[in-house]
Amino acid sequence: MAKMTLEELRKLRGEKREELRKRDVEGKTIQVIVGMGTCGIAAGAKDTYEALLKVVDEKKLSDQVVLRQTGCMGLCYVEPTVEIAMQGMPTVIYGKVNAAVAREIVEKHLIGKTLLDDHIYDKPAADIIKK
Amino acid sequence: MHYALSDFVLDIAQNSIEAGSASVTVRIEEDEASFAVTVSDDGRGMDQAQLKRALDPFYSDGRKHAGRRVGLGLPFLRQAVSMTGGGFAITSERGIGTTVSFSFPLANVDTPPVGDLEGLFVQLLAFDGDYEFVVERSKVEGEKSGSYRLVRSELIDALGDLGDSGSLVLLREFIGSQERSIFVP
Repeated sequence: MAKMTLEELRKLRGEKREELRKRDVEGKTIQVIVGMGTCGIAAGAKDTYEALLKVVDEKKLSDQVVLRQTGCMGLCYVEPTVEIAMQGMPTVIYGKVNAAVAREIVEKHLIGKTLLDDHIYDKPAADIIKK
Repeated sequence: MHYALSDFVLDIAQNSIEAGSASVTVRIEEDEASFAVTVSDDGRGMDQAQLKRALDPFYSDGRKHAGRRVGLGLPFLRQAVSMTGGGFAITSERGIGTTVSFSFPLANVDTPPVGDLEGLFVQLLAFDGDYEFVVERSKVEGEKSGSYRLVRSELIDALGDLGDSGSLVLLREFIGSQERSIFVP
């Protein structure tokens, strides 16, 4: 298979942007932040990150979701941790988020606007969220 | 302890990003016998005393989490390397930067699996912040050899914000194509 070039990548991105411009998503950004410290990585945060990306893409939410990584959030005992900040929902940190819970977060929190009570561990650290 | 070799790379590279580096390079050289990694940064660096303490699992500088008593990233790595008969080296100079090199023999029964390298590269490149990140990947298999290079600034130029999940999906696709065609000139 031929290697994709940066030019081809740019073109693909352009096409995708054009597609997204057709939808009205102004100000509807959802921030999803995955803890990637030693603790998070050891507990499987890489799989969590991958699962979030996959489900967000599957549910066609990629025009709204910003997926970011941070270091340890200070909740090593419940890693992997995921913080969600979005309009109309309180900002929370979910703990023990494996791939299955990651799917639930997208389906219930991001789409269904309901909290996953069993996995809420904290309100966010102020330094993590970007205003 | 981390599950895969790619997890060790992510952990060590994340240290480099948090050390305030302007530029980080991760080089991965793989052949049939070994998996060798070099992570070098131009972050704040460490003096000899700090370097020694960084290898102690019961030490953390407390900068990020006040009162924390453990720092496990480097100690985990060193333990895994010594269990498998691999190699480990770290050099650092205050104000100049740090370089961590390690290698694992792939035939050793205790060597963890390599893990998902494509996912690793996506994550390495997608950490937040304004810095350069270069991934240099090479692989040798018998007479075949191949390599590719990923430069964060070029990818941001092509894709925009790498936190945007639409960009991340395309980035993964792009890296996948580089990895799959590694032996194709």
